Amino acid sequence: MPVPIVEKIPLIPGKTSKMVLDAPEIARHARPGHFVMLRMNEHGERIPLTIADTDKEKGLITIVYLVLGKSTALLEAMNPGDSILDVCGPLGRATHIEKGGTVICVGGGTGIAAMHHIAKGHHLAGNRVVAIIGARSKDLLLFEKELSLFADELLISTDDGSYGHKGLVTELLKNKLDGDEPIHEVVAVGPVPMMAAVSDLTRGYGVKTTVSLNPIMVDGIGMCGACRVTVDGKTRFACVDGPEFDGHKVDFAELRLRLGAFRAQEQESMEAYRRSAVNG
Amino acid sequence: MPCQPANVRNHNFDEVALGYTLENALDEASRCLHCKKPLCVEGCPVCVPIPDFIRAVKEQNLEEAYRLLKTANALPAVCGRVCPQENQCEGHCILGRKGEPVAIGRLERFVADTHITKTACEQQTGTNACATRVQGKSVACVGSGPSSLSCAGYCASHGLKVHVYEALHEPGGVLVYGIPSFRLPKDVVHSEVSALQELGVELHLNCVAGRTVQISELLQKHDAVFIGVGAGLPKFLGVPGENLVGVFSANEYLTRINLGRAYKFPEYDTPAFHGKIVTVFGAGNVAMDAARTALRMGADEVHVCYRRTRAEMPARHEEVEHAEEEGVIFDMLVNPLSFKADANQRLESVVLQRMELGEPDESGRRRPVAVPGSEFEMKTDLAIVALGTRSNPILLEATEDLEKNKWGYIVVNEETGETSIPNVYAGGDIVTGAATVILAAGAGRRAGISICERLLGTR
Repeated sequence: MPVPIVEKIPLIPGKTSKMVLDAPEIARHARPGHFVMLRMNEHGERIPLTIADTDKEKGLITIVYLVLGKSTALLEAMNPGDSILDVCGPLGRATHIEKGGTVICVGGGTGIAAMHHIAKGHHLAGNRVVAIIGARSKDLLLFEKELSLFADELLISTDDGSYGHKGLVTELLKNKLDGDEPIHEVVAVGPVPMMAAVSDLTRGYGVKTTVSLNPIMVDGIGMCGACRVTVDGKTRFACVDGPEFDGHKVDFAELRLRLGAFRAQEQESMEAYRRSAVNG
Repeated sequence: MPCQPANVRNHNFDEVALGYTLENALDEASRCLHCKKPLCVEGCPVCVPIPDFIRAVKEQNLEEAYRLLKTANALPAVCGRVCPQENQCEGHCILGRKGEPVAIGRLERFVADTHITKTACEQQTGTNACATRVQGKSVACVGSGPSSLSCAGYCASHGLKVHVYEALHEPGGVLVYGIPSFRLPKDVVHSEVSALQELGVELHLNCVAGRTVQISELLQKHDAVFIGVGAGLPKFLGVPGENLVGVFSANEYLTRINLGRAYKFPEYDTPAFHGKIVTVFGAGNVAMDAARTALRMGADEVHVCYRRTRAEMPARHEEVEHAEEEGVIFDMLVNPLSFKADANQRLESVVLQRMELGEPDESGRRRPVAVPGSEFEMKTDLAIVALGTRSNPILLEATEDLEKNKWGYIVVNEETGETSIPNVYAGGDIVTGAATVILAAGAGRRAGISICERLLGTR
């Protein structure tokens, strides 16, 4: 059954939107950390997106995407009233959430939206949530308002200094780690280099660090092995063993290489789509 | 059987074997001796009444032949194409002792293809009409591969309302994502599925049991549940370099091309990975499918690398022959030790070791033993690992009270197919580990019979 889009809020015009989907079965079972597989139309490719929020009473799920290739461009071209052909989920293992004290949730780019759901889970479990979010500039920053509704502390950094701290999220994180407050766990969701940098930093402090990985997936239901990642020297499958893993044990360099496996075809597909969009 | 010429078909995804004409079928059927004790039936996992359906072919009563097939096999058009007949019906045919056995699989396919559009209840049940739907009783079949569809077909034709829950966006399971269209056209699978829909079977796609819906929830809505979720995570070799870009599981390679239609990229959005020199590791049907697919995707050379010899290859004979005719190169008695990358960290070569056959192992096949100092390197820019699968953990982890064996497969009562949870049945690869379409179909049918006995008190 196609899944109707009930709301679309542009966050970065033409690039990133927040979409609310009417998917009651998925909403009912979804927990922080879960993702969905989407296919926009009959010729479409299956892509994974992390669930950014749920409204179980209304049967809604929220997704946030960055237009990177044809599939996300097709999504961005859709509007409330349209339906996504296939939405499958909730998939993956839910975040392990326990009451333990202060949890620092670090988000970068669209990863902030995925981090939001996890942070909310920690808040509801009674943990003190420190959210640290970063972007290149102020206009690219997402989910500040959503996080401010429950985060006990919200720290912001931008690369160009247009808002909050000028610099990287890891600098803000280091300040917190150097402070007096004991930190129970650090959660990081965002671009691979950011998650790798966070994990490198926290390793020195011996603080448990959870990262949510975003490898290429095909089925997303434990069948194909496309999403395999090396964790602690062993091959694991992000779709059924993850997508969250111990950041101190993930081989980020391998993940980065594997994410580029189909770059040439992705560009070919995107260019063909742009040409067809221009030609009407 | 007429086939597309090898040098034509290795460039297209159309079906290789073109099927019998009526004349071919009558000639072949006339060879059947109609043995009093038909050994062929004993060799068939679902006991198709083979001599009877062949007699109907001789009499040119194809409708009756189809009805006879359907009484035992819910998916004859599929099984006629993909069953390893040489080890089953045809392997038992008395004519095979001195010459060629009757081509039972090809006759089955001919009859099914002729009549696939005429599927109706009477063909499923073997009686004049479909059983009347029993109000208020329903069955959930989880998965839509051969086991689940067979269970669904049996239950639906015996008066139960059936709901099929499929995790992917297209029904058919391995018949769609795994077996390439040149061996099993997707239309054939879709016809079998629509025939079931005509019986009132309802399909729910994008529904992952254990995630979108739990078995406990299905038991509240339905009187019985059949679990036929099929195979799971691919096995890998466990050698260095296996996660390099360029090394794929056969499941991923084939799913992209079959389910994602990547052979039509960029018309379809899912891309496939292209290689000039392709190496395939393994020697089962999936390995043959991957190798033949790679040829069709434009590879210059495709090598099947196997640590034993031709005689031990588990693939169907016909698939091996077809692969060889199409130009697949068989490198026997070699074992991969590692994969090496180029400067861009992409696959460039594989290090292989020569093997020789030693004493027989527990499988009865001679154990391959490494030849010391025989290591050599071979160029390859696409490696496909086809070593089989493990169980899929999603449903099993979410359903704690489901008893599993030490390999992680579901334990069932062999006669009824019932699991440790009352009214929950299972069959196919999630019970046996990776096996054949017909064994899965047989298990689904057996569970269907048990479910009907329990819910309807009849067979």
